[in-house]
Amino acid sequence: MAAESARKFEALEAQAATLLDVFRRGGYEQVAPSIIQPADVLLDQIGEAIRGRTYVFTDLSGEELCLRPDLTVPVSRLYLERHPRADAAARYCYNGPAFRFQPKGTHPREFRQAGIECFGVADRDSADAEVVLLVADAVKSAGLKRFRFRFGDIALFYALLDALALPERWRLKLRHYFWRPPAFHALLSRLAKGEAPYSDGPVAAFAATLADKGQARAEELVANYLEANDLPLSGNRTLGEIAERLRDHAADLRAEPLPREVATVIDYYLAVEASPHESVDRIAMIAKGAGIDLGPALYVLSRRFDLLQARGVDIGAASFATEFGRDLEYYSGLVFQIENAGDRTSPIAGGGRYDGLLRSVGAPHEVPAVGSAIHTERLLAAIEGES
Amino acid sequence: MAATLTIAVPSKGRLKDNADSLFERAGLALRKTGHERGYSGVMQGLDGVEVAFLSAAEIVHQLESGRVHMGVTGEDLIRETLPDVETSVEFLAPLGFGRADVVVAVPDCWIEVARMADLEDVAAQFARAHGRRLRVATKYLNLTRRFFAKAGVAGYRIVESVGATEGTPAAGTSELIVDITTTGTTLKANHLKVLEDGLILKSQAHLFAAGGADWTEDARGLRGTILDRISKAV
Repeated sequence: MAAESARKFEALEAQAATLLDVFRRGGYEQVAPSIIQPADVLLDQIGEAIRGRTYVFTDLSGEELCLRPDLTVPVSRLYLERHPRADAAARYCYNGPAFRFQPKGTHPREFRQAGIECFGVADRDSADAEVVLLVADAVKSAGLKRFRFRFGDIALFYALLDALALPERWRLKLRHYFWRPPAFHALLSRLAKGEAPYSDGPVAAFAATLADKGQARAEELVANYLEANDLPLSGNRTLGEIAERLRDHAADLRAEPLPREVATVIDYYLAVEASPHESVDRIAMIAKGAGIDLGPALYVLSRRFDLLQARGVDIGAASFATEFGRDLEYYSGLVFQIENAGDRTSPIAGGGRYDGLLRSVGAPHEVPAVGSAIHTERLLAAIEGES
Repeated sequence: MAATLTIAVPSKGRLKDNADSLFERAGLALRKTGHERGYSGVMQGLDGVEVAFLSAAEIVHQLESGRVHMGVTGEDLIRETLPDVETSVEFLAPLGFGRADVVVAVPDCWIEVARMADLEDVAAQFARAHGRRLRVATKYLNLTRRFFAKAGVAGYRIVESVGATEGTPAAGTSELIVDITTTGTTLKANHLKVLEDGLILKSQAHLFAAGGADWTEDARGLRGTILDRISKAV
């Protein structure tokens, strides 16, 4: 590979052999998905933040392609090629290059990931634990001595929103905005202050007339409004979608402010950052104080930590943060990373549960999926740093 | 004899016509050397200057690499193309022509969408209804990314469009666009409206200096003379 010394090449190859050996013995079949991927599928999933750093190009036939920026989506597509009905459990492992633009001289733009992806296993808790343990085993086998885990859990945040007394339209909005922290906090504070949504003259007045209308009637009225104002409906957004947002807007204009306590519970929850067991206790206290039941989500979190501890993971040294994972939009449950010497910004490995992804790349239904990838160059550097 | 200073000016279109007449008014008329269809010339009344007639986009690259000392091109192209504007070029003077606004425009039937903040809501709703992101058609990939990131809008993806961008929402190949507009007539004709806070850049042609060019003392002298005369003629 480019700009890489012969010695480093050999060291990475030897390390990859060790990692893959651990993965295969763990029951993971080695695969090698295409390096060149259709741009469309990937870009719809990963969004512009990573797209801005993805090498996208058009080939001679006019097809828009990209060099894979990571391997999770390519391996997911490979699973669907083999199992179009997404009806089988499968475990895959891989080692290969991924590509991302980096400002000059920061990180390499071509790097190697070794990882595992576990699809279609209905017992989510044990699949989560299996992946965490196998990746820990792999980095240990490669020679890493000192590392610690950092955990988060997206499903727990969703459970919190479900348990709180909120209009459904706000719940949907907060769920979506979770991935955009500044917008999330701006929205939360606006709702808590009871500020009316931004309105501009005639449309706001029109929206207000829809407040007590059902969706079907609202669509009719919107159609009339568009016709009267010579605004032909065009593009892919439907009349129903426009009417729905106008009705939400009207409802917001009349809504009572979000109770201060509800906003506070969300703020307290998002501030939790501690050892795993202390985090579980604190979240349980927050829920109890707010008089809400988080359902099985908190139990799942706690059981997962117990399971990992029983299997040898040093949970006492690990950390948990409710905010962790907020920048990785396709995750849906457990998120974790392996850190070396407390360096959070360059984790050695990362992973999590992404139950929604396969459906959005073409599976006929949701598929339980969890996986993890190791930054092999960072792992090698960390091991060399230790000795 | 090799020229002391090279200046790149647009080779076609309204930018060229405007630049020609500006240099003429400044007493620095541009003359092609060699045959009429050639791409190099001289500045009348100022020795040691070579004029390179290039496309506005190519001028940006020549400035970035420092192969020309100075250049006339649009601010939109400079800000879109150069990853590090502040260190690679110097803005010497706005020239008062080539005015165009780079804006975010949505179908005017989106009556409940007025501001950038609405776009993230629409993106969330669109993802629920259609299972994919909003598509923004544009040739300004970088300007769009930076502006959307600043506005906190993330639920979109760009589809590159190099011509007739304003027709893509109606054709169904995008949901909204980022494009240049001067009078707004084309947008209106295509039933698009600019968001209230959707102005990304008020662009016009500028005279630029390349940070990485070979700035000899003589070249600096010529630059001073050109800038002085142009500033008076704008």
